[in-house]
Amino acid sequence: MHPALSIVFFTTASGAGFALLFLLGLAAPLGLLPQSGWFGFVALATAFILAAAGLVSSVFHLGRPERAWRAFSQWRSSWLSREGVMSVLTFVPAAIFGIGWVFFGETGGLIGLCGFLAAICAAVTIACTGMIYASLKPIHQWHNRWVVPNYFMLGLMAGFLLLDLMIRFWVVRPVGTPLLALLTVLAAWWSKEAYWRFVDTNSAPSTVASATALGSRGPVRMLEPPHTQDNYLLQEMGFRIARKHKTRLRLIARITAFLLPALLSLVALLTAGGIGLIAAALAVISAALGLVIERWLFFAEAKHTVTLYYGAVAV
Amino acid sequence: MTDLPARYPGQTQLGLVIDLDLCVGCHACATACKEWNTGGHMAPLPDFNAYGDGAWGVWFNRIHSFEEGEGDGARTVHFPKSCLHCEDAACVTVCPTGASYKRAEDGIVLVNESLCIGCKLCSWACPYGAREFDADEGVMKKCTLCIDRIYNANLAPEERQPACVSVCPTKARFFGDLGDPNSAVSELVAARGGKDLMPELGYRPTNKYLPPRRARPYVDDLAPQPLTALLAEAQSAADVANPLLRWVDRLLSR
Repeated sequence: MHPALSIVFFTTASGAGFALLFLLGLAAPLGLLPQSGWFGFVALATAFILAAAGLVSSVFHLGRPERAWRAFSQWRSSWLSREGVMSVLTFVPAAIFGIGWVFFGETGGLIGLCGFLAAICAAVTIACTGMIYASLKPIHQWHNRWVVPNYFMLGLMAGFLLLDLMIRFWVVRPVGTPLLALLTVLAAWWSKEAYWRFVDTNSAPSTVASATALGSRGPVRMLEPPHTQDNYLLQEMGFRIARKHKTRLRLIARITAFLLPALLSLVALLTAGGIGLIAAALAVISAALGLVIERWLFFAEAKHTVTLYYGAVAV
Repeated sequence: MTDLPARYPGQTQLGLVIDLDLCVGCHACATACKEWNTGGHMAPLPDFNAYGDGAWGVWFNRIHSFEEGEGDGARTVHFPKSCLHCEDAACVTVCPTGASYKRAEDGIVLVNESLCIGCKLCSWACPYGAREFDADEGVMKKCTLCIDRIYNANLAPEERQPACVSVCPTKARFFGDLGDPNSAVSELVAARGGKDLMPELGYRPTNKYLPPRRARPYVDDLAPQPLTALLAEAQSAADVANPLLRWVDRLLSR
């Protein structure tokens, strides 16, 4: 599948933003975060900006962006529509929660309840984003049980790294978040490795023989494509990535998205003040780069069944 | 709503049957499709860089060519492919706007272009590559089963079939109601063992493909005689006993 940069940015940025909102909505009402209104402002603004920037970016992917509002109508059948509805719905309790926390310094009671609601909505939104891809049967690398957990864990990892960085401006030596950030990075790494193992060892049930209903005489292979040139289907779904690039990019993703953030989180866990702050900041930068590469690969490695009609033997 | 229409027994399900035994890969159906539809229901079907390198455009029907088998048993199969108007059309259910829909009355899958936002998700959801993006208008387009021909009262009754079917010079394409088990197309499918494409995905396509017939078994006495045998025959003809005929033979062989 063609890795459109607007979609790569959308899924990574809003994934991180909604996951951060999930953590804030859950932890602030329980009194696990600094109660300062300024902290609430910085943390919630970061979550809102990331989530909203991702959503705006996804609109640029559309052929007719001015009609984007129509995408809220088909929530009964479409995961894309559900994702749109849930992402907007999340902002309602999140806004009340934010106003209460930032302007009135309140994170308990009704405001806290709105925090919990925002957390639930944010988690559902991330699951919907994952389901957009996981529901597509023609793409074996997406239509599997690892995709939604991957989206959730990778978002959560980004959220925890961001939260730990921000907390360090208010708390000299935070206790809980660095450890949880480290554990989430490791869990996200494990889930990504499980996904890669799955796509490397499983192939789709569809083959060129099932795509053409041929094969009773022997192996089926393409003789001539319909055109001498590419067409829309090949531009959009015929993206190919060289095996050696794939291996190299996976390695870069492993290092930048997981290994470096894990090591830097460990440093941040063991240190306080300036060094801890720098380590946490570097962890965020490294993870951001790594997640973009990981998401680019998620698209580039995905093979659509339509390529079976254009020379692919299996997908 | 982009839910699929409720099903009931005996529901009309219009579609195509394609005989892979007869198709010669002439591309006439693709050309006729483009010609009709660029002025039809989903018009226009734009082309880009039409006269240079990197030419591409919107086509609702394409002809692929495959080879099946190896050695003497192999054959070339020309394989036209357009929208299969699936019963479980995921291109319809994934649509976030309601632009993509399946008609309850005849099962045709269409796009309402004025609702389409061009998110392209339907083209990702279609395993067969039936969706075509119009980059000029920023909306998705697709085969309409020539809805503007099959119900067109301005056309003579015999012309009320999809352009691809009426143009086919080898009569490899058939149009009819595949929801009715007694229709001519359904009987053809039953007789020839018509097949679904990628049945494992569960889209339940309406269009069916008739597999190429098996070649007749090889019979020795029908086979052409090898050249060496003919030469030997000519040689023995030369060994004529009659001197007169031998003289004539020499004369003629000169």
